[in-house]
Amino acid sequence: MAAHSDHSNEFQQTGEIPKAQTKVIWKTFFILVALTAVEFLFAFTMDAGTLRNAIFIILTVFKAFYIVAEFMHLKHETKALIWSIILPMALVMWLMVALISEGSYYFDSIRNYFN
Amino acid sequence: MSTSTTLEEPKTGTWDGGNEPLKASYGKLMMWFFLLSDAFTFAAFLIVYGLSRHSHLPYTGSPEEFQFSTEWWPIPEKVFNAFPGFHGVDLPLAFVALMTMILILSSVTMVLAVEAGHRMDKNDVQKWLLWTILFGGTFLGCQAWEWTHFIVGTEEGMLLADGTRIFGANMTMNQYGPPLFANLFFFITGFHGFHVTVGWILLVIAFISTVNGVYHKRGHYEMVEKIGLYWHFVDLVWVFVFTFFYLI
Repeated sequence: MAAHSDHSNEFQQTGEIPKAQTKVIWKTFFILVALTAVEFLFAFTMDAGTLRNAIFIILTVFKAFYIVAEFMHLKHETKALIWSIILPMALVMWLMVALISEGSYYFDSIRNYFN
Repeated sequence: MSTSTTLEEPKTGTWDGGNEPLKASYGKLMMWFFLLSDAFTFAAFLIVYGLSRHSHLPYTGSPEEFQFSTEWWPIPEKVFNAFPGFHGVDLPLAFVALMTMILILSSVTMVLAVEAGHRMDKNDVQKWLLWTILFGGTFLGCQAWEWTHFIVGTEEGMLLADGTRIFGANMTMNQYGPPLFANLFFFITGFHGFHVTVGWILLVIAFISTVNGVYHKRGHYEMVEKIGLYWHFVDLVWVFVFTFFYLI
């Protein structure tokens, strides 16, 4: 029966599909891989300590920036959207500082209980 | 008598209605704010890890002489040093490195699927979604192996004061260090793994819909974009889990 038509054909694109624009995507990928590789380099060549942890955290923030800005496209959204995502997360930094110093205080007070 | 009514000038400002101030669709905005709330949950988990770690005795000896003990917090690279097929070989963080690469790669194929969706290229969307499903599934398989190894434990286990040994970890006993370390491992990587599983199911649904031409008929591939946002977020969380749980 001729009436048995494939409906998807009605919506088929007329004209050419544009060429893929993947340059930025692959560039971001190589940046992420390179940053991870640098992290491993530091993990195996440097002794553990505050400096090494600081390097890890800085590299992690860079990786997070590239994922959120390029892959999640946040860099290309409106300023209002960018700030409504970034600002609440910035407040979490305070929670981190407060609770980690609380942990150190707890440790000190237990250790020095009898001193 | 004047019958004319003065019509109020329509307001055309950014926040006066009738336009999209954030220039993003409802669905994408809701995904962003869901992810923001989800980020709070993960941040809380990782901050509790930091708090627990700082309230426990750190290991201060040389890394070469490190022994598992419930007294001190373990060095992560001494705990996560196994690799499938290399039994008994000390390969610190090698398996986690592989998992990280797989997840970053799946993020790239996801963003390529979104890009193909913008061009209404159904074949490319299918191809890249399938790659993402493959990498996502591989990551989940790796995590299953990692959990199994962590639960079963190493051959030596941990020597207790009374001469007995414990092997592996569960919610009450942990051969690698304080029980809290194992609990946090299960909760943090488990909650992340749960997110990956959900994302993987969403990807499979999106793939089936793409093959059936649902999005093509709709005229846009925004659903792929929204699932993409979620998938990148899962990758983003792994970046932080990797740093704070495995590296530091």
